[in-house]
Amino acid sequence: MDRMDRNVVVPGDLLSDDPKKAGEGTYVKDGKVCSLLYGMASSYKDKVRVIPLAGKYVPSPGDAVIGTVQDIVFSNWIVNINSPYEGLLHISELPRKIEMNEMSKYLRIGSSVMIRVKDVDSTMKVELTLNDRRLGILTRGRVAEISPTRVPRLIGKGGSMINMLKKELNCNIFVGQNGRIWVDGNDDDMDLALKTILIIEKEAHTTGLTDRILEFLRAEKEARS
Amino acid sequence: MIGMDDKLSFFKNGVRLDGRRPDELRPIKIEVGVLERADGSCYMEMGGNKVIAAVYGPREVHPRHLQEATRAIVRYRYNMASFSVEERKRPGPDRRSNEVSKVSREALEPVILTSYFPKSVVDIFVEVLQADAGTRTVGINAASVALADAGIPMKSLISSCAAGKVDGEVVLDPMKLEDNFGEADVPIAMTPNGDITLLQMDGRLTTEEFRKALETAKVGCEQIYEIQRKALVDRYSHMEEPESCNEAVAEGEI
Repeated sequence: MDRMDRNVVVPGDLLSDDPKKAGEGTYVKDGKVCSLLYGMASSYKDKVRVIPLAGKYVPSPGDAVIGTVQDIVFSNWIVNINSPYEGLLHISELPRKIEMNEMSKYLRIGSSVMIRVKDVDSTMKVELTLNDRRLGILTRGRVAEISPTRVPRLIGKGGSMINMLKKELNCNIFVGQNGRIWVDGNDDDMDLALKTILIIEKEAHTTGLTDRILEFLRAEKEARS
Repeated sequence: MIGMDDKLSFFKNGVRLDGRRPDELRPIKIEVGVLERADGSCYMEMGGNKVIAAVYGPREVHPRHLQEATRAIVRYRYNMASFSVEERKRPGPDRRSNEVSKVSREALEPVILTSYFPKSVVDIFVEVLQADAGTRTVGINAASVALADAGIPMKSLISSCAAGKVDGEVVLDPMKLEDNFGEADVPIAMTPNGDITLLQMDGRLTTEEFRKALETAKVGCEQIYEIQRKALVDRYSHMEEPESCNEAVAEGEI
């Protein structure tokens, strides 16, 4: 199966003859595992999976995302979460109690929020919550947007990439599962952070990226000082 | 020698007017990801045909009443530019392009996993910039690649091409002259497994000829599939080990 590792595959490509190996991004037909997506094939815990190179964010419960308030309706905020489905934040999901006529004081149209997906039902109604100390309204910093399929790469194995970035850049960084990234720090650091994030997005499919990014950051900082 | 007594022939010494063998495709060029805005896109040339395909979605359905509770809907818009043919084509949808849109959508829909994205829509736009017979097949090929580029889950790609009959002989991928003055045109679309998702016929063929045309077109589709697949794979594999990103960026800055 090693040959298959890190190989670009297209929908319909044969990945394995063992239907038990069917992982994410694959389907089984006539006892054969085939790719469902255009992406990179890799083996993971004795399964074959395909990591897509593009695609939309589909919300799933527990995901932390960054959203923008689109509209305020009867006791709900409608939040754009960079997905085919919009999110609903109910007034009862705030950390403190709020009156209905005060809704726009707390969160206005256009406000950005770090938010968590509480539940998604079969009709794709997405319920959001702010009831967590790590969540909240974004008042400072900047938000960048990358393809949601590149988010795992930006975080890295066990957070290796994102921890390195935070340390090297002196920035507070929050990566939403929906591909929106919040960066906070001083202006120069934020500039460099956004630039680096875009490089990671563009080269997400290459190997040895964390090391190269580290090298890049060191060189950039040297040039600056 | 038919050419001698003023009767035009589609063959000269066994080759066609453009120098192809009867079972040869026109030259094909595919470029993936040509549009920034679209979620997936593809530019394709096949002989004199030049087509661009853009895919958006899955995204919210507008108008709302078209939305389906359990699956994504697929919309396909085939459009010919007014300058795509010799005689100016009146812009906008007409009977022909409505039909082509419908059959093309039905050619692609069976492989798209619409159940993954309930209440959403996948929009496919195909613009014909230059037409030279067989634009619907080129449109389907380009759209299939653009769908893959957009990251939409599919059971397989779709490949499409036509077979025709000229001077009593079955030929692969007729060009404009052969299409206009030939006796039949059979466009098909299929998966790499040989499942046919589009089959049309214009003109007359005997059962025997039809079988031969279908077989010829299938072989053409298989060749096109390889080109589609290569275009997608090459887009990323040539970047597998890029030069250090340090250099690449540093150079751009100075």
